[in-house]
Amino acid sequence: MSAVGTYALRLGDDALVLAQRTGGWIAAAPELEEDVALANIALDLLGQARSLLTYSGEVDGTGRSEDDLAYFRDEREFCNLQLVELPNGDFAVTVARLLLFASYQLELYDRLQAGRDETLAAIAAKAVKEVAYHRDHATQWVLRLGNGTPESHRRMQGGLEEVWPYVPELFESDDLVRDLANVEVAVDPAELEQPVVSYVAAVLGEAGLGVPQTAVRHTGGRHGIHTEHLGYLVAELQHLARSHPGAQW
Amino acid sequence: MTQPADLSAEGGHGAVPTTGVPTVSGRPVRDWPLWEVFVRARRGLSHGHVGSLHAPDAQMALRNARDLYTRRQEGVSIWVVPAAQISASSPDEKDAFFDPAADKVYRHPTFYDVPEGVEHL
Repeated sequence: MSAVGTYALRLGDDALVLAQRTGGWIAAAPELEEDVALANIALDLLGQARSLLTYSGEVDGTGRSEDDLAYFRDEREFCNLQLVELPNGDFAVTVARLLLFASYQLELYDRLQAGRDETLAAIAAKAVKEVAYHRDHATQWVLRLGNGTPESHRRMQGGLEEVWPYVPELFESDDLVRDLANVEVAVDPAELEQPVVSYVAAVLGEAGLGVPQTAVRHTGGRHGIHTEHLGYLVAELQHLARSHPGAQW
Repeated sequence: MTQPADLSAEGGHGAVPTTGVPTVSGRPVRDWPLWEVFVRARRGLSHGHVGSLHAPDAQMALRNARDLYTRRQEGVSIWVVPAAQISASSPDEKDAFFDPAADKVYRHPTFYDVPEGVEHL
């Protein structure tokens, strides 16, 4: 397993798992129009995941395809952030998570598109416009729910409280990513914290919402430590491919 | 004579009454207003009506329109208009509105000799 392969797999797993989660809203969102918006976002993420997993399988020398990586790894082999595997919760939880994750992805891809790895830079250059829209969509909803009725305000604040303990993991570095960042192949997540937090804080301020204060933090996703929820997600994701190996449309 | 009902262009259906409409009690009425969507396909063309959607306000209507009506690169510009703000002609007045034009052939540019070789006329 090469370092670049692992790095691409991390970013790809983030996108894959959140695509699966977001897809769960289809036919269940508050309005038909929101169904379509969330489906678009899920498909954008799935597209990013496909490119990143394909590249990971190529560059790590194992020759695994995107499908091998998506469907034939077990839960502990997934290296996504715990934030993206959390259950959708109510609409406010989903919006809170999207605001944080899209803000993180936007800062990440914006830097990665100038990186020295041509494939990662190209994937990032395509994705950066997509995630800019995701962040805008989440921002619009946070503003409306925060400034809406007492009930919408209460639930939006609750959504933020729910996801907040999973936010510090977004900005954790380790030796692998620092080494890649030193040769300008990867982006050190630590440098994303300031711009992401300041953007999110500005949105929350405009929405009349408070920045959650909590010392609780969950971590471990990058090394295969997950919440109890990922196993169920992976089971559903992989069921068809494992029941009918080699199945084609 | 009774005054014709106010009519809107809701949903692109031409003329939908906005007053005197019976409402179903006990069931929450959908609370997002309807917006009509106009998309300009290319620079130089005019915006054309493509459909309608529900949204809580204009900014969300624009975003929903982007998601619903420009998924396949159909446009370079979007307008959204509250459907309730569009006044529609009444089907009851169709005869008075449109029939008198039927026998005014001189309004059509068919009484000119077009010289040969003139293109794009």
